[in-house]
Amino acid sequence: MRIFDPHIHMTSRTTDDYERMAAAGVRAVCEPAFWLGQPRTSVGTFLDYFDSLIGWERFRAAQFGITHHCAISLNPKEANDPRLREVLDVLPHYLEKDGVVAVGEVGYDSMTPEEDEVFAAQLQLAADHDLPVLVHTPHRDKPAGTRRTLDVVRESGIDPGRVLVDHLNELTAPLVAGTGCWMAFSVYPDTKMDERRTVQVLRELGTERMLVNSAADWGRSDPLKTVKTAAAMREASFGESDVDTVLWRNPVAFYGQSGRLLPEVSDEPDLAAVFAGNSVLRGARPEA
Amino acid sequence: MSGWRPAADPTDGLRERLDPAARSWLADALVAAAADPDAVRRAFPAVGRRLGRGPLRPADDPSDVHAWTIDDAGRAALLRAAAGDPARLLDGLLDSLYVHGDGAERRGVLRALDVLPARAVGDVGPALVRDALRTNDVRLVAAAAGGRYAADRLTDAELAQALLKCMFVGVPLGPVAAVPDRVSADAARMAADLVRERIAAGRDVPVDAWLLLDRHPGALAAAGVHAELDSPTPARRAAARRFLDSHPAPADGMPTPREG
Repeated sequence: MRIFDPHIHMTSRTTDDYERMAAAGVRAVCEPAFWLGQPRTSVGTFLDYFDSLIGWERFRAAQFGITHHCAISLNPKEANDPRLREVLDVLPHYLEKDGVVAVGEVGYDSMTPEEDEVFAAQLQLAADHDLPVLVHTPHRDKPAGTRRTLDVVRESGIDPGRVLVDHLNELTAPLVAGTGCWMAFSVYPDTKMDERRTVQVLRELGTERMLVNSAADWGRSDPLKTVKTAAAMREASFGESDVDTVLWRNPVAFYGQSGRLLPEVSDEPDLAAVFAGNSVLRGARPEA
Repeated sequence: MSGWRPAADPTDGLRERLDPAARSWLADALVAAAADPDAVRRAFPAVGRRLGRGPLRPADDPSDVHAWTIDDAGRAALLRAAAGDPARLLDGLLDSLYVHGDGAERRGVLRALDVLPARAVGDVGPALVRDALRTNDVRLVAAAAGGRYAADRLTDAELAQALLKCMFVGVPLGPVAAVPDRVSADAARMAADLVRERIAAGRDVPVDAWLLLDRHPGALAAAGVHAELDSPTPARRAAARRFLDSHPAPADGMPTPREG
């Protein structure tokens, strides 16, 4: 089994987690930039954080045979702090980096005017730097937040095939299903989604454009939830090909649109067969 | 062979490793860099995906932390083009590319120190090398400690720390340019103390320790390593025996420092 966890905050995790993930089949991850639990008060701490995502954390993951990618953004919660608005000015530098496979996570926390502005500005940055976008949907007032997210995406003119709407559940996934956006489920020990409910949504809506992540961070969470969801899919009589589609091929196809997947992932020999004709192999190494 | 480094032109052997599209991208980027050094800022992060990341010389092992890669050579070539002839001072550019670079970009800057004119590097080089030596990323430690630049510019004390760091994190010492000529007595003493510490713990010692110890043969005895053969603790006796038997030189001759 091979797993690409498309949303996990490894900065907040230990080497024990990397060991257990690698042993269970996790071979690649994407770490979106987010809120660290303790509010930041200056642009400088963001720079250090972004540098650690493209530097130290990538190296740390490689020690365990895991290919680490990241998404870079000003997160929705801290978009509300005027001291941090200048983060938008430093993003273009990071959005050119290797292994930066999306702008994210962006979107809404409390749906304030500040969040509107920062969300729109970052959708424009995604277009400028030819990157897909990982969109967080709010924990509170989720159905309204999801609808508003989809409105903003539509108004921005971005190709919905380059947008991944995250933290969905059985009530909000149907709102996204017809839009052409990709859909992700964060499987958590108590909150958000659990394995059984996620599998039920996959039964109802199918596996196309569907992703599953652990969203593991500094809170109570489990970096093996991707693996456990794969097991739950098998118990529910999904075949190996369906499991591989949701846990590997879909995240590779979505983030592959950046042309920035790192070699261990972008050189997968069967990608050419699976995704011939679409953009997954754009930017692959000339020598590959 | 590990430890090879370009004598002068980092593009030596590079063009033949590139396909036509990559060659054309590099040619354009070199022209832009020569016209305006700031053009390197945009090209620098893209070098790996545009040119490739494999070993510059096909025979090199991709896991060899000392081996130059295609993207190392591409980045060094861009910086040489930006320096021009006569060389412009690039200290601000080098500092900024390093500080805001990912691991591969930082390694590219460090590698370039070996092939840039001294006038282009200015005073910023040693600071970048020292920064990389403080990291725990073996590729950066190897690029910082391994090159001619470190051998020529670091103080004895800095080099001793750099060589010990290589031993600690598993960067092979054989290809390091400062070995053997700039291995100081203090570096050998520090290596001998590390050997003693490892033996006292019953652990194995990297065989590369000999590359430092053989430069100053008194260091080992001074650290009390031979006395460990008589330790009351069996694990210490065994570790001391394993280490002393690991010497790569002929048993009856004087130890011969290996070539760097």
